[in-house]
Amino acid sequence: MAQERRVPALYNQAKFCGGCGHGVLVRLICECLEELGQQKKTICAAGVGCSCHLKTAINVDLIQSPHGRAAAVATGVRRAEKDMFVFTYQGDGDAYNIGLAETLNAAYRRENICVFVVNNANFGMTGGQMSWTTLPGQITATSPHGRDCARTGDPIQVPEMIAFGLKPAYVARGAVTTPAEINKLKSYVRNAMEAQLNGEGYSLVEVLSACPTNWGMTPAKAVRHLAEKVVPYYQLGELKKRGE
Amino acid sequence: MGDMIKGNIAVAEAAVRAGIEVYAGYPITPSTEVMEYLSGRMEELGRTFIQAESELAAINMVMGVSACGRRVLTASSGPGISLKQEGISYMNQMNFPCVILNVVRWGNGLGSLDGSQTDYLRETRGGGNGDYRNIILCPSTVQESVDLMYEAYDIGEKYRCIVEVMTDSGLGQMMEPCEMPPFRELKKCDWGLDGIYKVKRPDFLNRNIPAESETYMKKVRAMREAEQRWASVDVNDAEYVFVAFGLCGRVMEGLVDELRRKGEKVGLIRPITAWPFPEKAFAALKAENPDVKGFITVETNGEGQMAEDVAIYTRKHGLGNVPVYALAYACGVPKDAVVTADFAKIKSGQIREVF
Repeated sequence: MAQERRVPALYNQAKFCGGCGHGVLVRLICECLEELGQQKKTICAAGVGCSCHLKTAINVDLIQSPHGRAAAVATGVRRAEKDMFVFTYQGDGDAYNIGLAETLNAAYRRENICVFVVNNANFGMTGGQMSWTTLPGQITATSPHGRDCARTGDPIQVPEMIAFGLKPAYVARGAVTTPAEINKLKSYVRNAMEAQLNGEGYSLVEVLSACPTNWGMTPAKAVRHLAEKVVPYYQLGELKKRGE
Repeated sequence: MGDMIKGNIAVAEAAVRAGIEVYAGYPITPSTEVMEYLSGRMEELGRTFIQAESELAAINMVMGVSACGRRVLTASSGPGISLKQEGISYMNQMNFPCVILNVVRWGNGLGSLDGSQTDYLRETRGGGNGDYRNIILCPSTVQESVDLMYEAYDIGEKYRCIVEVMTDSGLGQMMEPCEMPPFRELKKCDWGLDGIYKVKRPDFLNRNIPAESETYMKKVRAMREAEQRWASVDVNDAEYVFVAFGLCGRVMEGLVDELRRKGEKVGLIRPITAWPFPEKAFAALKAENPDVKGFITVETNGEGQMAEDVAIYTRKHGLGNVPVYALAYACGVPKDAVVTADFAKIKSGQIREVF
């Protein structure tokens, strides 16, 4: 029997490029917020870059944070409003390059917030420049000969830094590749949210996503590239489980 | 008369009584006593103190609190306030009010720990990217610091703007008797985010930027019209009118008295708001005293930054032919004897006007 296609009420117009994983993550966040009854008590601190599209993609209170500072803004919201559900929505350039200090320090303080980071291995909005998560050898607008890690350092793995170096409640990495992985990703998003609602502390979910526009690929090819090249480089799964 | 209290502690307690729910900041001399004091005080009251990892993080935490319509404070000094400019600009874009305390110290870059007025131009022009103004309150005593800090929250919420209380090392470190205002109840402004998404965001891809700009500028014009504050002393028959704020203004209040006793026809305009600059004081002076011979700013910075504003606004109000002199003493507190000697040099033509 055909199942009715249900779109979460919080989900609005996602204006992301075709094949991008952002829209899927936004939808999963909306679904989980509704399932957990948080749709009328949520405040988001949104990052800069493609994350700016969150303004039209989701119907929740949202603060446009300066580039990289969403975790600090979310900290302010968290401390001002004890009963709100508070999350940040950022890209890898935002959370791991310019905002590395704010991201790590919020985790360091065990701030009771959720941090969602879309890792598409480049700066999307500005046209595909190298970010700290760009793969070795990857050609980008600022690594035209391929990323030379001897000069730039290696791709950064912030979820591991937080999971193994600090004391978060929950850290996971998922990928927008197949329906099976998307279902797993949803469980990560939901776990992160439940951790906050239970007052367990800081949680971060990184989401590997294709960026067809800046990778110069069709959506289908970009998703294959994500599964075959990017996913093997970054460990998927729960890096820090709740209560561990 | 109230108890003796140090400037930095007094102004922090005034913010507590004004109803701050959160303080976020990072240590920097000479403002650090503010956060040291609040670290214990906020906890005692069941409120929130956050020692942030940087000034940058602190102002963004302030943004998060302000977005929720709650009262919040951050304090710093010259270089730390530089780091906060990003957040200050963003908060202006979104009309989030807050109060910032700048205990000014001398210099560019790291500068020094001496009290100074070197931040005047940055504070009065906005400071970060964009097209905005913050209200800048310039007390000259510990009591005035307390009174202005207490009122700053009401002003900020009236316009939904940022208000900065600009003191300096001297005022932050000195002790004076001071009366504290009563405790206000904590409040949440009705526009504050509450999680139900009651105020819909405009479509950021289809903005009407001229209309947005005009809405903001209406607010700036209203602030400029209604919030100018100053104290005038003996200006109506003065040949020379000093213009000085903060501790310089306080020194000049005493020195104008002394010079008057010596027969010098001098007066003083002491701006209490550095922005909006109290141009009305000059318009009033033009009406009462069109024969004034000169304006003399007394400042603790390198070039007499405020002299620019005096030149701009005297010109605007028909006093454009009156020379503007700048007595700029870099840092500290100007000495009566030095200012008196320099005043004589102005009269004898040894010190020339800057505008």
